[in-house]
Amino acid sequence: MNPTSASVAVSALPGGAIPAQAARTGKVRIIDAVKYYGAAGTGVLAVDHCTFEVPAGEITVVVGPSGCGKTTLLNAIAGFHSLSSGSIYLDDEMLCGPGKLKAEPGPDRIVVFQNGALFPWKTNIENITFGPMMQGRLTRAEAYEKARDMMADAGLRGIENNYPGEISSGVRRRVEIVRALMNDPKILLLDEPYRALDSLTKSVMHEALLEIFYKNRVTIFFITHDLEEAIFLGHRVVIMTTRPCRPKKILDIDIPHPRDYSVLTTKRFREFMDETAAAVHEEATKAFAAGEKER
Amino acid sequence: MNAIKGFVLKTISFVTGEDFWRGIVAIIVFLLFWETGSRSQSWFGVAFPWVSQVPAPTAVLQEMYRLIQDPSFWHSAYLSTLRVTEGFLAAMVIGIPLGLAMAVSKTFYGISFPVFEVLRPIPPLAWVPAAIIFWPTQELSIAFVTFLGAFFTIVINVIGGAQAIDVRYFQAARSMGSSTWDIFRRIILPGTLPSIVVGATVGIGITWAVVVAAEMISGGGSAGSVGGAAGGGLGFFIWNSYVGGSYTQIVAGMISIGMAGYLSSAILRKIGEWMTPWLAEG
Ligand SMILES: Nc1ncnc2c1ncn2[C@@H]1O[C@H](COP(=O)(O)OP(=O)(O)O)[C@@H](O)[C@H]1O
Ligand SMILES: [Mg+2]
Repeated sequence: MNPTSASVAVSALPGGAIPAQAARTGKVRIIDAVKYYGAAGTGVLAVDHCTFEVPAGEITVVVGPSGCGKTTLLNAIAGFHSLSSGSIYLDDEMLCGPGKLKAEPGPDRIVVFQNGALFPWKTNIENITFGPMMQGRLTRAEAYEKARDMMADAGLRGIENNYPGEISSGVRRRVEIVRALMNDPKILLLDEPYRALDSLTKSVMHEALLEIFYKNRVTIFFITHDLEEAIFLGHRVVIMTTRPCRPKKILDIDIPHPRDYSVLTTKRFREFMDETAAAVHEEATKAFAAGEKER
Repeated sequence: MNAIKGFVLKTISFVTGEDFWRGIVAIIVFLLFWETGSRSQSWFGVAFPWVSQVPAPTAVLQEMYRLIQDPSFWHSAYLSTLRVTEGFLAAMVIGIPLGLAMAVSKTFYGISFPVFEVLRPIPPLAWVPAAIIFWPTQELSIAFVTFLGAFFTIVINVIGGAQAIDVRYFQAARSMGSSTWDIFRRIILPGTLPSIVVGATVGIGITWAVVVAAEMISGGGSAGSVGGAAGGGLGFFIWNSYVGGSYTQIVAGMISIGMAGYLSSAILRKIGEWMTPWLAEG
C-alpha cells in the first residue's frame, strides 16, 4: 500500500534480519479434533476430524467461510470449551485429549477476540497490566513500567489512562494485542481481529501486527475469512471446508518475511491467490447455500 | 478543576441552547394557563372546568414560602426522607448481594427466582396492611413497604446486568490467570455496576411514590404523634392538608415531594456517573 510506512516494520530490525534467538515455542498440533454442539447425532457438528499443525514461531492463518467452525476450534485450543474427541498439543504438552477433553485456559495461549474484549471499566493501561498482576508475576510498579514501554513501542503513548471506549476500534485492537503480549504467551490466538475495520485501517493493522511479530516472534494462530489477508500475513495458510470444518488445503507461503504491502502486487502473491481463490470460493458458496450464520 | 470547568461549559452551552429556551417558554405558558384557569371565576366570571378548582401558582408559591419557615413542615420532610433513606439503603444492602448471588449461582437462582417472581408482581402498597400487622411499630411498617418499592427493581437490574456480561470477558480473565474471586471482583462487580446505578435511580423514585402512599394509609406512623399537628411525613402532611381543607397546602406538599424525588434521583445519578467513569462520553 504505502511503501514508506511499511518500511517502519523493517527498520526496527537491522538489515531486516529476523532475530536469531527467535523463540521456538508455541507449536500447536491438532490431531483428529471433533467438536459436536449438543448430543452426538442430533447436535451440530462444527469440527470434523481436523488435523493440522501450527509451527512454532510462525504465523498460521486459518481461512474459512463464516460459521464453518473456526472459532470453535480456537476455543478448544484456548480451553474455553471441550473437544468431543481428538487431542491438541502445545509443544508436546497435551492440552486436551482422551481423558481430559477440555484444556485449562492459561496465559500461554491468549485470545484476541473477534469483537474485542478489553474490559470497558478498566483504563487501557489497567487492561494491559491485568494479566501479569493476576498471575502475580510482576508487581504493580513493574507491570506499569513494562506496559508503558510496550505501549510506547506499539505507538500507543498518550492513551494509557483513557478507557477503551474512548479510542478508535483500530487502536483498541492494538491495545488488546499488547495486553495479550504482556502475558508472554507461547501462542497468540487471533479471531478475525480486523474484520470490523475499514480496509485502510486494516492495512495499517497488518503492518503493525507483522512488526510486533518480527520483534517478539510469538507463534500466531490467526483466523480470518479474508483470503488476501491470510496470504499476506501467513507463513502457512489452512483453508477450511464449510461446516463441519476440516482442512481442505494447506499452503506454505514461500514469500519471504519481513513482508510489507508491496508483496500484494508481486507475481508470487497473485499465484497464491489464484491457486486458492477457487477452493475458498467453492466452500463459501457451499456455506452460503447451507445458510450458515455466524455466532 | 477540570470537572468544574466542564460542568460550567456544559451549563453555558445548555443555557444558550434552543432546548433550554423552548423549555422555559413551555413552563411559563403552562404556569400562565394554570394561573388564568384558577382565577377564571374572579377574572372572567366563568369557572373553567377542573383548573378552577386548583389553587393558583402564585398562591401555592406564597404557601411554600410560608412552609419553608415552618419547622413542622421540615419535620415532615425529614421523616419521609428518613424512611426513604432507610428503605432504600436496606434494599441496596440486601438487593445487590441477592441479585449477584442469583446471577452467579445456578442452584441459588433455581431456588430463589421462582419465589422472587411470585412476590414481585404484588404492588408494594398491597403490603401495607400486612406490614402493619407483622411489624411491631408503624415506623418499621412504613420503612418495610418503602424497602419493597426499591428492592425488586434493584434485584431485577442486578440480575439482568450480571447475566448480560459478555462471556468473552470471563474467558479473557480466565486465560490471564484470574481466580474465581478475581473474576467476581474485577469482572462481575464492575460489569454489573451500571445496572446497579440504573436500578438504584429508578428504585429511589419508586421509594418516594411508595412512602407517600404508605404514610397516607397508615396515618403518618408512630412518629406523627411526636411531631405535633403536621408531623408524620410528607404523605401524611398532604393528607392532613386535605382533611383540613387547605388546598394550597396540598399542592405545595405535592410539589415538595416532586422536588425531593427529583433531587434524590439526581444525586444518585451523579454518584453513579462518578462510580462508572468509563461510561462518560467524550
Ligand atoms: N455454543 C454453541 N452451541 C451450538 N452451536 C454452536 C455454538 N457455537 C457455535 N455453534 C455453531 O457451530 C458452527 C461453527 O461456529 P463457529 O465456530 O463460531 O464458526 P466460525 O467462527 O467459523 O464463523 C456454526 O454453525 C454455529 O452455529
Ligand atoms: Mg468466528
